[in-house]
Amino acid sequence: MGSGPGGLQLSYSLSRFGVKHAVLSADEAVGGMFRRWPFFQRLLSWTKPYVQFERTTREFERYDWNSLIADESRHRGVITEIMDGSSNYPSRPEMERSLTTFAERTGVRVRLACTWQGTRREDDGFVLETTDGEYRCRVPVFAVGVAQPWRPSMPGIELAAHYADTRPANTYAGKRIFLIGKENSAFELATGFLPWARQLVLASPSPTKLSITTNSLVGVRARYVQPYEDHVIGGGGVTLLNASIEAVERAGDAFRVRTKRSDGSGDLVFEADDVIAATGFTAPLQDLVALGVATVGRNRLPAQTPLWESASLPGLYFAGTIHQASPGLRKHGMPSNSGGVNGHRYNGRILARHIARTHFGIEPARPVLRAAEVIPFLLGELTNGPELWHQKAYLARVLLADAARGIADDGVRPLAHFLDAGTGDAVAATVEENAAGDIYPCLYIRRGGDVREVLLPPNPLLDYRTAENERQLADALAPLLAS
Amino acid sequence: MATQEEVVDTLASLAIFADLTRPELEHIAHELDEQYFPQDQRVLRQGLSGSAFHIVLEGEAAAVASGERVNTLARGDFFGEISVLLGEPPTADVVAIRPLRCLVLAGDRLEAFLVEHPRVAFRILQAEARKLRNATRRKTT
Repeated sequence: MGSGPGGLQLSYSLSRFGVKHAVLSADEAVGGMFRRWPFFQRLLSWTKPYVQFERTTREFERYDWNSLIADESRHRGVITEIMDGSSNYPSRPEMERSLTTFAERTGVRVRLACTWQGTRREDDGFVLETTDGEYRCRVPVFAVGVAQPWRPSMPGIELAAHYADTRPANTYAGKRIFLIGKENSAFELATGFLPWARQLVLASPSPTKLSITTNSLVGVRARYVQPYEDHVIGGGGVTLLNASIEAVERAGDAFRVRTKRSDGSGDLVFEADDVIAATGFTAPLQDLVALGVATVGRNRLPAQTPLWESASLPGLYFAGTIHQASPGLRKHGMPSNSGGVNGHRYNGRILARHIARTHFGIEPARPVLRAAEVIPFLLGELTNGPELWHQKAYLARVLLADAARGIADDGVRPLAHFLDAGTGDAVAATVEENAAGDIYPCLYIRRGGDVREVLLPPNPLLDYRTAENERQLADALAPLLAS
Repeated sequence: MATQEEVVDTLASLAIFADLTRPELEHIAHELDEQYFPQDQRVLRQGLSGSAFHIVLEGEAAAVASGERVNTLARGDFFGEISVLLGEPPTADVVAIRPLRCLVLAGDRLEAFLVEHPRVAFRILQAEARKLRNATRRKTT
């Protein structure tokens, strides 16, 4: 269910495994949220067309955060053909066209304008009730996005507009704007309002985090830092406030917002012409919660296993940006990139393989590596494997030590699944980072049921194919390679 | 959990946050992430670096060291702080034995969090003292 990037990627990948399926979507065209947002029409994830790898290679994906991924070289890097070169961040229409083009070229077929209305269990599967009738399936996958406006409960919040209701920027000329929230969507609006607004206040209880200081994608992205700079240098138009919002009230034609500062230093009251809740989004889960889907977090996304199955309702899966609620290990507090296309596109491919294997008995290929190939292969993957770089400490390249076949490549798997559900002697290789900003490779070696963590040193050029690492891997893997 | 107010109410009902004002609790509600673990899922992994501080909101978990259950954890209990404070990997697994909801703070942020909220640090210290006393009693009886 869903025709945004999550649904399209999963459909493409299911087809490559030969799994028959239908894609349904309430929308009139594919593209999901990118048919509407971001409001100011340019993404915050980049694609750099001119790098050391050709656009048709798998390695190029590391530099292209926006294209869906394909096995065939001719379907790779689609967005590079569409971007006009004015920015390394695609515009919203370019992103939308990239998704449409991918679907057309790869033969992804979607039943559009088909609205999901209800869900029930039947026999060993599920029934989806839609405006086009009932669909029966063994495995439903919901790729319905995280684009339904979400507001926290506070007195008067219903008076505030939501990010989703934002008007054209010029209609805010000379206005005093109060934004509830200090995350990316609030900063995106604030950046867009800078040329128009008289006063901008951004308020929420905790301090603003910036991605460049958290050393991760947690926090406001570099593209939207300008209002922050305006505030810290006292530019005069922007105020960032650490305060809880006590109430939003009408004050004639305007609004009054009552706030309580988080440090206990007292209350502040603001008059504003517009109050906008940039408080995030949730997933339109309809009756899934009543059916037994547990939700988690402030915006109540479905809790999921490491393979994106509902944590409370087996047999029902999620795809796309909803994967952000399957957190993985979060080593050192670092989140996955599953909220973005660059992360969840890989999850989609892994989920397709899991569904094919678990529900349809289709085994993936597991090519055998010669012993001499193992170390160069792993160091090559750690240096250039796009899955490991986009999903640090979340996805890992897994090699299985099989007594009959030798060392077999099990592909890219969720690290949490490898650690908690895997069996047999094996190694998982991933790239990790810590809060200090170090990026380093890490191996998890499972032998006789015990897992050992082996951290390799960082490298300033992010190239781990060094003689020292070859020696370390040879030592660490010797028992596995000998078995 | 549903609304921000409910999150804050839940925090207020936990012993380690008992001394905080409502604005402080709202701030903390933003600082901590909620996570849900189905039954049998591992929450903390013995021997792996980069772990986190967890506070149980609902459900039940077991601490398992080398295959042996050493402790059971329920609402209001917390775990993971020892490995974080010592900068060492956990010496036990923690596994959900019923569906489990936790508040989670990344290990790297615990020190700043405790410095910023000394009353929480005091409550944690009290709980650690209680654990030490109980362990001592067990040894001497």
